[in-house]
Amino acid sequence: MFYREAGDFKTSYVEDSQTFPIKFDRYRYYFVLVCAFAVVPFVINDYWVNAIFMPFLIYSIAAIGLNILVGYCGQVSLGTGGFMAVGAYGCYKLMTAFPDVSIFFHIIAAGGITALVGVLFGLPSLRIKGFYLAVATLAAQFFLVWLFNRVPWFYNYSASGQISAPERTIFGIEVTGANTEAWATYLFCLVFTVASAIVARNLTRGAQGRKWMAIRDMDIAAEIIGVDPLKAKLSAFAVSSFFVGISGALFFAVYLGAVEVGEAFGINKSFLVLFMVIIGGLGSIFGSFAGAAFLVLLPVLLKNVLVAGLGWPTDLAAHLEFMIVGALIIAFLIAEPHGLAQLWRVMKEKLRLWPFPH
Amino acid sequence: MKMKLATLALGAVMAAGPALADLVFPSMSYRTGPYAAGGIPFADGYADYFTLLNERDGGIGGEKIDMPECETAYNTEKGVECYEATKDLGSLVYQPLSTGITYQLIPKVTADGIPMLTSGLGRTSAKNGAVFPWLFNFPANYWDGASVAIKHILDEEGGDVNDKKITLVYHNSAYGKEPIRTLEELSKKHGFDLSLVPVDHPGQEQKSQWLQIRRDRPDYVIMYGWGVMNQVAIQEAVNIRFPMDKFIGIWWSGSENDVRPAGAAADGYKALTFHNLGDDYPLYDDLKTFVYDKGLAAGAGDQHGTALYNRGLYGAMLVAEAAKTAQEIHGVSAITPAMMRDGMEALEMTEEKMAALGLPAFGPEFQVTCENHGGNGFAAIGQWDAAASEWKMITDYIQSDQEIVQPLIEADSMAYAEENGITPSCD
Repeated sequence: MFYREAGDFKTSYVEDSQTFPIKFDRYRYYFVLVCAFAVVPFVINDYWVNAIFMPFLIYSIAAIGLNILVGYCGQVSLGTGGFMAVGAYGCYKLMTAFPDVSIFFHIIAAGGITALVGVLFGLPSLRIKGFYLAVATLAAQFFLVWLFNRVPWFYNYSASGQISAPERTIFGIEVTGANTEAWATYLFCLVFTVASAIVARNLTRGAQGRKWMAIRDMDIAAEIIGVDPLKAKLSAFAVSSFFVGISGALFFAVYLGAVEVGEAFGINKSFLVLFMVIIGGLGSIFGSFAGAAFLVLLPVLLKNVLVAGLGWPTDLAAHLEFMIVGALIIAFLIAEPHGLAQLWRVMKEKLRLWPFPH
Repeated sequence: MKMKLATLALGAVMAAGPALADLVFPSMSYRTGPYAAGGIPFADGYADYFTLLNERDGGIGGEKIDMPECETAYNTEKGVECYEATKDLGSLVYQPLSTGITYQLIPKVTADGIPMLTSGLGRTSAKNGAVFPWLFNFPANYWDGASVAIKHILDEEGGDVNDKKITLVYHNSAYGKEPIRTLEELSKKHGFDLSLVPVDHPGQEQKSQWLQIRRDRPDYVIMYGWGVMNQVAIQEAVNIRFPMDKFIGIWWSGSENDVRPAGAAADGYKALTFHNLGDDYPLYDDLKTFVYDKGLAAGAGDQHGTALYNRGLYGAMLVAEAAKTAQEIHGVSAITPAMMRDGMEALEMTEEKMAALGLPAFGPEFQVTCENHGGNGFAAIGQWDAAASEWKMITDYIQSDQEIVQPLIEADSMAYAEENGITPSCD
């Protein structure tokens, strides 16, 4: 009834090719943005930021990054944790080496460093595919964690091997360190998340994204029609690692404040982000958000319902959490093998016809 | 993005959290994950002591105790969630029982003004209260542990360890790396050769490490392990026939769960401790009457008298005594976190006090001051008796080498103060 193209006339190509061609979708998107930027910062407290919004926003960036590589370019990667570590350690080294430069640029530079490292570890993708590539990126994961544990220069020779984020400000407002305000860190991460999503969305529907998808769908055919696999694959690794690096830098500097590489960026992190992408939907920006929300927010929600709401023992709740999340993952993937994004797509398709489906 | 709406619904659940009691001692426990073997007994002991105070004395100074428990799984992200979820309940003191989470929380508790006690763990230089006013790590810390282990080796070797080989097997994390600097200083002082063998989280696979140890043939092995890593290490040591009485664990590598899997072969394994072991104390009679027999015991109730359960009791006892001290200082029974801090800074543990609590000679005596948030660094050595299936204390409390440890603490805390723009002060 409300959700349809009919009557929504486009008079220019720009209008016709916008991200949300349906009016209702577009207004919903603006509404979410206005809420996120103008309402949430005023009502948010420490718990909501540190337990819910910040992990959600940061993992969303990581999932967007990995989605570009796995979902759009078809290169399986298990090195996400390692690349996040590159972002975090890069950010730390920059923050301590150039304390006068704004943290905003440090985080982008950390993304740049990660992009370079990503390209380096993406080189094997030119020769190997599928499971074999997954193993090669697994090597990146273990090597990078080992490196940051092994070489004291990366953690500035601190006795514990931990890196801790010093206090840094943006326009005089603290965004890292101990004395941050909830709204400041939230907005800081939100800006990065929204920018990443917009950049990723526009990259993936442009020429570059089409090249990636051509490689994903059939690399030999792509080569025949003139896509250079070297450029396409390595650019996917670079762009993907750039976003993953930004998420790693935010994860360390803004969210946790102190990390040790083995615990924060271990193989579990790689799997977590990969699962976000798979559950959310391969090759979909919305899917990255949905997957991150599913895997970050659901455990917190379950914990609050089971422990705070029902008063169950914490260990029982923690074990049940695994079972429920696991069961839901299986249920969702059986119902819709292409992830939450596809579920959403089907729902929209039905909404267009509603209430007269025949 | 739609998912956010679902999370907003969560707000209602959050608001209906546990009822606000007067004295809140949150328990950041981990009863799941690879470190649960250590987390469960500690959490049980911590909870049972507070239950006892509630049942027997009606709380502390007439104020009931509330102990919201939060599962961290030894994971820093969950630790942050737990901290944020409990800090607004009026939490008086945190004991995260995880060095990783401790590092995470140091800036947060300092900014929020909530004290944190990390007995035998965490950031060692927190002992300097002039730099870390909200952190306490009495009665002993990692560097004390390393030094006491070396002192014990010196005793065994008749005071000369020149050219002996000592290997440190450690959890490759902030926790395991803590003693390295102290051991390096000690090796310079006493002339032993130190070699370092890291084990990555969680430590279920240590074949290569122990192969290296078998090749190196060290005279002693010191272990800084936790969770599943401990039992694997002890089993591997048994497999390479390393003499158990030359194998010394830190207090986190000295629980029943660590030695039992290796069976009789683990007999003679040594571990440090900063409190007494076993259940032969009058307090256990009270616990039986007021807690166990009433069916109020935390968890499965099968950990009573184990080393880590005792550590949980001890940790709870220390903060309960600090709360009493705070109540005396400020003359109010409903204390705030800031008053709690004053109580912790004025805490004095004496022989008489411990005896009156039903825990005679349970831990070392110490007096907390602003300059010294970490006690006097006394620890004892326990040895596993596999036949009797119990830990036996084989030494008295030994003081760590303050000549080595103190300057290191001074240097590290001052470096922290400089990095973070803190002016150390004790006023």
